[in-house]
Amino acid sequence: MRVNFTVNGRPQEADDVWEGESLLYVLRERMGLPGSKNACEQGECGSCTVRLDGVPVCSCLVAAGQVEGREVTTVEGLADYAEHREQAHPGGGCASGACGVPLQDAQRWQAKGTDSGTGEGGRLSPVQEAFIDAGAVQCGFCTPGLLIAADEMLERNPQPTDADIREALSGNLCRCTGYEKILDAVRLAAARQDRRGLQEGAV
Amino acid sequence: MASTRTTGAPTKITQGSGTKGGIGESTLRPDGTLKVTGEFAYSSDMWHEDMLWGQTLRSTVAHAEIVSIDTSEALAQPGVYAVLTYDDLPAATKKYGLELQDTPVLAHGKVRHHGEPVALVAADHPETARRAAAKIRIEYRELPLVTDEASATAADAVLVHEGRDDEYIKHVPHPNIVHRQPIVRGDAAEAAKRADVVVRGEYTFGMQDQAFLGPESGLAVPAEDGGVDLYVATQWLHSDLEQIAPVLGLPEEKVRMTLSGVGGAFGGREDISMQIHACLLALRTGKPVKIVYNRFESFFGHVHRHPAKLTYEHGATKDGKLTHMKCRIVLDGGAYASASPAVVGNASSLSVGPYVIDDVDIEAVALYTNNPPCGAMRGFGAVQACFAYEAQMDKLAARLGMDPVEFRQLNAMEQGTLLPTGQVVDSPAPVAEILRRVKARPLPPERQWESSEGADVRQLPGGLSNTTHGEGVVRGVGYAVGIKNVGFSEGFDDYSTAKVRMEVINGEPVATVHTAMAEVGQGGVTVHAQIARTELGVTQVTIHPADTQVGSAGSSSASRQTYVTGGAVKNSCELVREQVLELGRRKFGTYHPAWATAELLLEGGKVVTDGGEVLGDLVDVLQGESVEVEAEWRHRPTEPFDLRTGQGNGHVQYSFAAHRAVVEVDTELGLVKVIELAVAQDVGKALNPLSVLGQIQGGTTQGLGVAVMEEIIVDPETAKVKNPSFTDYLIPTILDTPTIPVDVLELADEHAPYGLRGIGEAPTLSSTPAVLAAIRDATGLELNRTPVRPEHLTGTV
Repeated sequence: MRVNFTVNGRPQEADDVWEGESLLYVLRERMGLPGSKNACEQGECGSCTVRLDGVPVCSCLVAAGQVEGREVTTVEGLADYAEHREQAHPGGGCASGACGVPLQDAQRWQAKGTDSGTGEGGRLSPVQEAFIDAGAVQCGFCTPGLLIAADEMLERNPQPTDADIREALSGNLCRCTGYEKILDAVRLAAARQDRRGLQEGAV
Repeated sequence: MASTRTTGAPTKITQGSGTKGGIGESTLRPDGTLKVTGEFAYSSDMWHEDMLWGQTLRSTVAHAEIVSIDTSEALAQPGVYAVLTYDDLPAATKKYGLELQDTPVLAHGKVRHHGEPVALVAADHPETARRAAAKIRIEYRELPLVTDEASATAADAVLVHEGRDDEYIKHVPHPNIVHRQPIVRGDAAEAAKRADVVVRGEYTFGMQDQAFLGPESGLAVPAEDGGVDLYVATQWLHSDLEQIAPVLGLPEEKVRMTLSGVGGAFGGREDISMQIHACLLALRTGKPVKIVYNRFESFFGHVHRHPAKLTYEHGATKDGKLTHMKCRIVLDGGAYASASPAVVGNASSLSVGPYVIDDVDIEAVALYTNNPPCGAMRGFGAVQACFAYEAQMDKLAARLGMDPVEFRQLNAMEQGTLLPTGQVVDSPAPVAEILRRVKARPLPPERQWESSEGADVRQLPGGLSNTTHGEGVVRGVGYAVGIKNVGFSEGFDDYSTAKVRMEVINGEPVATVHTAMAEVGQGGVTVHAQIARTELGVTQVTIHPADTQVGSAGSSSASRQTYVTGGAVKNSCELVREQVLELGRRKFGTYHPAWATAELLLEGGKVVTDGGEVLGDLVDVLQGESVEVEAEWRHRPTEPFDLRTGQGNGHVQYSFAAHRAVVEVDTELGLVKVIELAVAQDVGKALNPLSVLGQIQGGTTQGLGVAVMEEIIVDPETAKVKNPSFTDYLIPTILDTPTIPVDVLELADEHAPYGLRGIGEAPTLSSTPAVLAAIRDATGLELNRTPVRPEHLTGTV
């Protein structure tokens, strides 16, 4: 079958998709977007987490056909997604209830390519930067899913408590870090976001 | 400054003060950006034009003769390019293995464990390959099983491997025992007479899985010269190569291996998984073949931590001095040897723990059974022993009415202690001090779940299941300490190779470091760049991808890579530096007398004297030339353990960590919440403090997992694995994992590069027994097995 959907702001079309294929498979094997990871393929580890119309989902549990006509954000598009949100809602967060990126805007942004050899040339979202700075990345296999989940939580809840962070990330397994540095990273991203918001507010 | 030196001689830190990003700084990972953007190419991300997908068909029974295999229906499926069985293997060599070559590439005549590879399929879509594999008809005739020591060593036991001719068969009491290592020192029976108290215990350690998140995977690309290029996630490229080439019937130079992104390892990638299978399919079809295990297959695709039965007897005098120790450790190695012999060596030689006991009688064995094969996992034999001896220490302290930490400190080993193997601990062993540090730390506040809005169930056992608001919840505190060896032991030639080049690129001096070290997440690539900056005074360091075009770097295991490959990088950098200085002397020596007389350093892109005077710019010295050195580096040699007495200088270095666990137990439901796991560890020298914390916290969490949740359940009746999924095999989530405060000591080991100590494994040892001790403290139960499950705490078992 043919499936049409938007990935990181770009309309995409996949042909010859077998009905049993997951969104994860189509992203990784048909669209050249292997950033979403295949650690368990049974919805237990969260490493394939993407946003589907803004909602975090395990892409391994979503049949590709279910995504017809919908919006998907993967780790490859996270930096642009976050930048766009920052422009729409300086300082991030949306305790007021005006959350996320308006659909109209979301349909206009596009992920830009980076140099796949070095990663240079790309910008990073605050959460991505914080994961590097805090030492939250070791093998990195859980990282893409955690980034999507953490970014989505900070969008909803810009000043999370530790218990909030643990609850929001409890569907994402990490085997290397013991989670301490991941907590540090999310706290750091929240603090930086908070600071940026204050600066914006002072202007 | 020594340009060459005897292996293992004390090293002098002559560099590092003047160059940013050198050792001791928490520089960030060079692969960090790629990993957070999704661009980092893991082995399962490999893709090639026209590529096929490989699938393994595995045995559905544990022990059986293969009566027949019919592949015709599978081969007839559209999209299927090849179906291979044992009969298709191209070379005379049809087995491989880390230590014993006992593992068939594909089963021949019989299968010895549940999930053993029997046939391979290549097809144009992974689902086509899976469905075709399901159409291969195999007729099994089941054989009797051996699943534990009693059944494996019975007089009429069926032999897992008939006709053994390996080096171990000569000294084992039964052909279903892979290896046996006794250690006898002093006279335990005589010393027992001095004991005022004697405690005994039988302990059970469950089968733990490495559960790395990146599944076994890789891509094999057939080459025009008849060879193959293999992109794969592994812990040791050259060990793989030695096992792959013979069964492909190819010389090693025709099997070119490149390390792809590795999604964690923890020992589970030390053995071959899909490497040979992908190469066979690629060579047969003439097309690139990718194999990616799913999680179900991953549970069958690698070895696990040996489950163990441990029997211990300790004695002590009234004043708290240990008199003697007797122990017997039985490790279940499963159907193939993997690393079992080395695990036996570790378990026996470290069975005494970090304590001074002069009179010991120790025996460790590994069995061949029809259970899943077991081998390397973080902690490697020392983990199981630590669980048992630490339980014994608590029992002794309780019997003596002593504080469990003070009792341990009274018997703690230190630098100069003679081990049961006769080896002297010749570097710092701050066992008493790390115990003191974890004990001195303030305890987390009680009843943290209480808030003005009622109980925050997220802070309670059972969590969001909302099973208690504090009723029946009891706190417990427990301590443990452990000892782990660093590096490969028992006389193994444990070397690493590093190629380092220095040249000017775009007007800047640049160092390139090329090793075959498997970066599995630990941060070796970060540290290599730091070492190069420190030694060569450059800012720009390029880490060349790891491959087999450079000599072996040994395994990314045994807490050894920073020590040994880090040591090799340091050594090669020193040799490069000497050549660079020689170049400088030739070019500029006549301009300044200090070129000939002073001790010279490379710092901040310049050649400087040890007095700080700048003699020249590296750009000018190197202009138009490059300097390159590839050299092997070795730590001090070790010796095998005597097969009867266990005596010998078997280990290179020791590593120590201590934990204090604070738990809260819902005693009515048997649910445990670990509140805090405090660690103190001596790391010798923290080359990258941030990475050190990551290793300690990660290792601690794996120890927590096997304390309260992680266990592969093997049905004793069928030897089949019952829980091969993350639904049924649980690893700690962020909700299960407590705060892990870390206290790092840096007591230099003068024998090691920069004084460093291998750190990756020690925290996995003491974490488990500390949690168990805390649960015992909370519940008063004896708890002689790990992991602890709710039924063990509620009296229903």
